[in-house]
Amino acid sequence: MRNRAKTRESSLFRLLVVTLAVFASMSLLNGSRFFSYRTFASMCFQFPELGVFSLAIMISLITGGIDLSIISVANLAGLAAAFVLARPEAASHAGFSVVTAISLALVTSLACGLFNGWLVGYMGITPILATLGTMQLFMGIAFVLTKGHAVAGYPDAFQTIGNGTLLFVPIPLVLFLASSFVLQILLSRTALGMQLCMMGTNPTAAVFAGLDVRRLQLKTYALSGLLAGIAGLIVIARTNSAKADYGTSYLLQAVLVAILAGVDPRGGFGTVWGILLAVLSLQFLSSGLNLLRFQEFAGPYINNFTKEFTWGALLLLVMALRGPYRASVRRSRHESPRS
Amino acid sequence: MMIAAIGLANPVFYSLSNLFDLCKSSTVVGLFALGVLVVLVSGGIDVSFAAIGAFSMYVTSRTLLALDFHGSAVIAFLLAGIIGLSLGLFNAVFVAFFRLPTLIVTLGSASLFRGLLLGFIGTTIVNNLPEGMVRFSKLTMWNSTLANGTTTGLSWSFLLFVLAALLVGLLLQRTMLGRGIYAMGGNLVAAERAGFNIRRRQLFIYGFVGLLSGVAGIVHACTMRNANPFDLVGMELNVIAAVVLGGAGITGGRGTVLGTVLGVFLIVTINNSLILLDVPSYWQKVVTGLVILVSTGITARSRAQRVRGVGLC
Repeated sequence: MRNRAKTRESSLFRLLVVTLAVFASMSLLNGSRFFSYRTFASMCFQFPELGVFSLAIMISLITGGIDLSIISVANLAGLAAAFVLARPEAASHAGFSVVTAISLALVTSLACGLFNGWLVGYMGITPILATLGTMQLFMGIAFVLTKGHAVAGYPDAFQTIGNGTLLFVPIPLVLFLASSFVLQILLSRTALGMQLCMMGTNPTAAVFAGLDVRRLQLKTYALSGLLAGIAGLIVIARTNSAKADYGTSYLLQAVLVAILAGVDPRGGFGTVWGILLAVLSLQFLSSGLNLLRFQEFAGPYINNFTKEFTWGALLLLVMALRGPYRASVRRSRHESPRS
Repeated sequence: MMIAAIGLANPVFYSLSNLFDLCKSSTVVGLFALGVLVVLVSGGIDVSFAAIGAFSMYVTSRTLLALDFHGSAVIAFLLAGIIGLSLGLFNAVFVAFFRLPTLIVTLGSASLFRGLLLGFIGTTIVNNLPEGMVRFSKLTMWNSTLANGTTTGLSWSFLLFVLAALLVGLLLQRTMLGRGIYAMGGNLVAAERAGFNIRRRQLFIYGFVGLLSGVAGIVHACTMRNANPFDLVGMELNVIAAVVLGGAGITGGRGTVLGTVLGVFLIVTINNSLILLDVPSYWQKVVTGLVILVSTGITARSRAQRVRGVGLC
């Protein structure tokens, strides 16, 4: 136990160093532009989405699975809300439609999550494949519902969720911090959190320890679905539109954040603190790269594809530096246990 | 397997030209699928093959054009194969030496390759392919003239798919290397204890996937008569669905070439018939998703019953 606590501390410390290093190098490269109030304000509105997605991925990674469908779930939930909000009569009784829209989105995402959980826990489909399939399925349903068009134009009351502030703190950030807090309590202070980690560490042992692994899987994916739904709400409130294929690049970034955060992709370990630091460092990098476009020496080389390149390179680099994982001692592949 | 076989019966109803079309469009998916099969059998997963294909295709076309090369398409295949092989080996290094989870490695490298291609190499579509590739794309094995006067033929590239299928089949069933790959997928630790050199096999597996992907990229460019760097990426799921549909288990140790080939034909047929039936294209994702879920669900259920029957659990 002590050993584990030690590695946890050192990995968090290393992450802190990485975050500060990214911050320092971006400030050096960009100078005063990076330090402006506007840059920080816009960052605070941007990273909460990715943060909530990363929390959703983390939950599934902790149990030894992975939820690849989070982006699709978020978009589907966002669309469910958008259908309510974009009706012409929504503006007149805004309060009612906002509440309906939010609950509808959360119910949709919960249902999607439960479906994932059922596929993994009760049907016994490997998480990768199950969520790969539902990723297509949910995105497909969203496409069928919208025929590929965006559903846009919501009441102002709803848009505050994405663009407003609460005591000078952006509301998306408040939502992210609140979700992180709840998740942190859940993972570290409740029996459920303990059970999830146990299942991730060794599913067979978890079965023999008397845990109802199927129910746990159901809860895991329901939770990650719900988090994806919250992210979806933030997204549509911030952009004032919902689309079937918004933000597909978030998936890779969320996995990247989780890995950066020290979540063990083989299951069993991950902290909310890590996610907070990792998402910050990624946002510094992303905003820094964006600002570099205005610099003469780098501008022409920076575009969305170079960013994609950077995410990929960073993911591999971080894992390579942290590895090798103890592959031959531990489970070498993800398999849901059968009872 | 059963579903795949029933699905295969459908194309018989189609015309000869549609059958040839089907063969042609299944070649690229098929070449990718054979690579994915080998990875899945070994207990890993690769989602970077489409990015590798696009990369090798585009870089090869641009290089040959820059060199003003007029020779045969064989050189194009060789060059793309070598590029694919090296990208595959890049994956392999992370898997074999750092022992990282294959899904996350290839997710990262797919983004890396794509970013490298589109961010640093180019985004313009090459419309005038090197001469050799154009000649190759026009070659057909035999021609038949239809009632309305148009001629159609089976493209030579289909032969590549057949050859690759035979090669992978021999490799998996008849060689020590192949048996080792099955053993790895069954139980990595046991395979290691049994004396199989895991590291060397992983280098081979991911290199081989890269090689096949490079070749598939050139076939795609020849079929399309252009090299579009935005192509191919996005079809990963279709390919994986085809392989899983063909009975390969994602947890490794199971899968056959015949099943994969049938799975490929089924997936291509489904996508093809959706177009023929005038189903709006936005239904395609729903269908692919359902096909993956139903087929994996059936496999998972039957495996569960088998395990219960033996009384292991």
